[in-house]
Amino acid sequence: MNSLFIILTAVLVLAILFLLFRVQSLVSIMTGSHEKRAGLSNKINAALFPIFFVVGLVLIYIYSGKASEFYLPKPASEHGIVTDKLFWFITGVIMVAFVLTNTLLFYFPYKYQFKEERKAHFYPDNHKLEIIWTIIPAIVLTALVFMGWRAWTDITAPAPKDAVVLEITGKQFNWIVRYPGKDGKLGSYNYKLIDATNEVGIDFADKASFDDFLPREIHIPKGKPVLFKIRARDVLHSVFLPHFRQKMDAVPGMPTSFWFTPIYTTDEMRGITNNPQFKYELACTEICGRGHFGMKFILVVDEPEDFEKWYSEQEAFLKKNPDYLAKVPSTLKDLAFEASNNSSNKLSSF
Amino acid sequence: MSAATLSHVADAHTDHHDEHEHHEELSFVRKYIFSEDHKVIAKQFLISGLLWAVLGGTLSILFRLQLGFPGANLEWLKPVLGEWIQNGKLDPEFYLALVTMHGTIMVFFVLTAGLSGTFSNFLIPLQIGARDMASGFLNMLSYWFFFVSSVLMFISLFIETGPAAGGWVIYPPLSALPQAIQGSGLGMTLWLCSMAIFIVSSLLGSINYITTVINLRTRGMSFTRLPLTIWAFFITAIIGVLSFPVLFSAALLLIFDRSFGTSFYLSEIYIGGEALHNIGGSPILFQHLFWFLGHPEVYIVLLPALGITSEIIATNSRKPIFGYRAMIGSILGIAFLSFIVWAHHMFVTGMNPFLGSIFMFLTLIIAVPSAVKAFNYITTLWRGNIVFTPAMLFSIGLVSLFISGGLTGIILGNSALDIQLHDTYYVVAHFHLVMGSASFFGFMAGVYHWFPKMFGRMLDEKLGYIHFWLTFVGVYMVFFPMHYIGIAGFPRRYYSFTSYDAFSTFGDLNMFISAAAIITFAAQFIFGFNFFYSIFKGRKATQNPWRSNTLEWTTPVEVGHGNWPGAIPDVHRWPYDYSKPGAAEDFIPQNVPLSATPESNLPHEQDEAKAVAH
Repeated sequence: MNSLFIILTAVLVLAILFLLFRVQSLVSIMTGSHEKRAGLSNKINAALFPIFFVVGLVLIYIYSGKASEFYLPKPASEHGIVTDKLFWFITGVIMVAFVLTNTLLFYFPYKYQFKEERKAHFYPDNHKLEIIWTIIPAIVLTALVFMGWRAWTDITAPAPKDAVVLEITGKQFNWIVRYPGKDGKLGSYNYKLIDATNEVGIDFADKASFDDFLPREIHIPKGKPVLFKIRARDVLHSVFLPHFRQKMDAVPGMPTSFWFTPIYTTDEMRGITNNPQFKYELACTEICGRGHFGMKFILVVDEPEDFEKWYSEQEAFLKKNPDYLAKVPSTLKDLAFEASNNSSNKLSSF
Repeated sequence: MSAATLSHVADAHTDHHDEHEHHEELSFVRKYIFSEDHKVIAKQFLISGLLWAVLGGTLSILFRLQLGFPGANLEWLKPVLGEWIQNGKLDPEFYLALVTMHGTIMVFFVLTAGLSGTFSNFLIPLQIGARDMASGFLNMLSYWFFFVSSVLMFISLFIETGPAAGGWVIYPPLSALPQAIQGSGLGMTLWLCSMAIFIVSSLLGSINYITTVINLRTRGMSFTRLPLTIWAFFITAIIGVLSFPVLFSAALLLIFDRSFGTSFYLSEIYIGGEALHNIGGSPILFQHLFWFLGHPEVYIVLLPALGITSEIIATNSRKPIFGYRAMIGSILGIAFLSFIVWAHHMFVTGMNPFLGSIFMFLTLIIAVPSAVKAFNYITTLWRGNIVFTPAMLFSIGLVSLFISGGLTGIILGNSALDIQLHDTYYVVAHFHLVMGSASFFGFMAGVYHWFPKMFGRMLDEKLGYIHFWLTFVGVYMVFFPMHYIGIAGFPRRYYSFTSYDAFSTFGDLNMFISAAAIITFAAQFIFGFNFFYSIFKGRKATQNPWRSNTLEWTTPVEVGHGNWPGAIPDVHRWPYDYSKPGAAEDFIPQNVPLSATPESNLPHEQDEAKAVAH
């Protein structure tokens, strides 16, 4: 019954609209308004352009102020400060271009709307003008490219030798993180060794793997460069750390990486954002299937000494899963047992 | 319907129409279905494109419902969507299928086939003064290949495992592995087959456009007298011929990987509890191949819209297009550059950072010819005598969208900034404004402008105005706010944002966007009504309703087969002699000889006119 009423109302409304349309077109035939080259509608349309523009600009201005705390959270990495500055600088430049060009674009229709007595100005070209407005954008763009290029080469330069290393592997639909343990070296891997427990296919024939550990959260030290070695084991994923302005695809069969230096600990960020629950989050930004939107991982930035403490407390994979000792070649068994059980998991570079 | 009644209907039609034509009569099927007449084929593309646009739009409304009203109970959609609605919610995988199919349909079926197919077919012969395309038969094949491709893509919406769902860019391995997502099963197979046939259609069309423009121009129609529409269609076709085969090869290798065990794109994959045998392939290779088409594709979509706009803005400003040669130059520049910027879609794929620098530089160069185009449009308006037909409104709207969307390209093209913004709503906002909406506005402008030539009747202007303003305001309300969401880092193709603290804001803005999208979509039905109503009941058109210079307006109101009943007119001047000083009227059509207009000839034209006379 309800739907019937809705349908009937809709039909009625459409019928009324149709009648209005017919009346309107009959009136325009009676008055002969369509024979004129431009009538009242022309004036209305001409006026609507500048009105649209002014109202739009005011709304943009108001909203940009109001919502400013929500977009672009404070950058928490060294290069993030650089790229944020660059972003706002270029945004300023394009806003100027946006307002200038749109002002003219919306003002001219109003100003030069059709008038029977006037004739348009025959103005096919002006080489000087054209050269000027080719060269000016070219120069501005060259400057912008240069600024971007400098930032880009710094960001993508090889990681410093003393960087804290960790490996992150994307799978449907979560992330697996592996640290190299106290030897500072990640053990090698082979995707054919992957199983339900050994999710990244650690190769236990490599002795660098004995002390590797796989925590539930990423911890990194403030003020030190951190190198993420990125892998995927099924489809493409992408590691996105919005607060650190960092993103890199995870590609099956092709390891990628990025590095950055965090500048605020999680605690400091809680103060800055005024949010006692604040956590750094890692998200996936390459479509990877059903659970794409749920691939969250928590990242904690510690003071260096807290990080070191946390690092030394982590238990090696082999210790947690002693079954895998069976996969270690017999000559290395003792070494494996010792390395994985050594309680002080201190990073050698610290 | 039996063959007998078919031919009977056909007879009734031809008797009614063909008073001034005396060539052999064609059967209904040859005339309206397997037609070789470029005008009928154009209308076929137009109607197909519009139907696809309705479908593509509907899909976007479905996923906007999810994004704007994540808590809403969608049980009422169950009769249509069936099992894709679970407990009153969209299935997350179906959500991905929706965004994938929305992208595919809009980019390829609406804005490539619908736009180029309609206007290249319709306008090239009419504006260069040809009786038809170089090969009517290939042209017919082009439409029917497109039709088959459409049918396959349409069927894929209804299969149990759903249509392709790996994003319109179909990056492998996701698109190669049915274990990874249901849509990569039969849905993806249909997608690939459909696209392969689509590419055939597109190539047949493009080769025809190129040949026709080069060979069939009427006497006097030199390249420097071609309307900018034709320049745009011509260059678009060349881009298509050079880039679509690369997509074909990418698709072909993907088909091999999917079905014949090769490893072009697959390497070291463990999925569904087993390690696959594939080793040594590269998913990045696919991205290079895809974007080698994908980026030119942006211009395949956009250039025809810009060409249409050039023509309409000049006509309705009653002024020559400013900087005609600069406009041609910038089309050529954009076309050339479009082939060497593709990797800016791949700054964060792990590609060598040095390549990133190169592509950043090349990408930002393309802003220069684009800026020139925008300046030229604005200068054309300056001191014009502007008539606001609906087509003109849409053209001005296009320029605004082109500028607004284009400017953010300067930010995205900057690899250092793209790190943060890549695959966020900022990108969504950018390309929907500059490519999606701008091209759609060009499409609409074209329909409003050439409707009288297509159907011999006028569209209702008032409905056109309402349609324009609702759409223009609506498009800005939908896509402008997405910049904020994108700057905040919200990733695209997310079913929901609730699990993240970082993306927990902007729920209200997303609701606003969805509401605006629904209103904008609803407004398109005003156009739909206007379109179909006016085909049959619209006011009868006059021969040259917009007082335009180009050749199509010298044909009879109801254009017959062969376009001109008598001889094809010669061309004596460029197409933009609007408001020429000294001339009595504010336009001089291209077929008017210089000798007939001594009062308005420029000095060099006066000499030319004398030379011809001697």
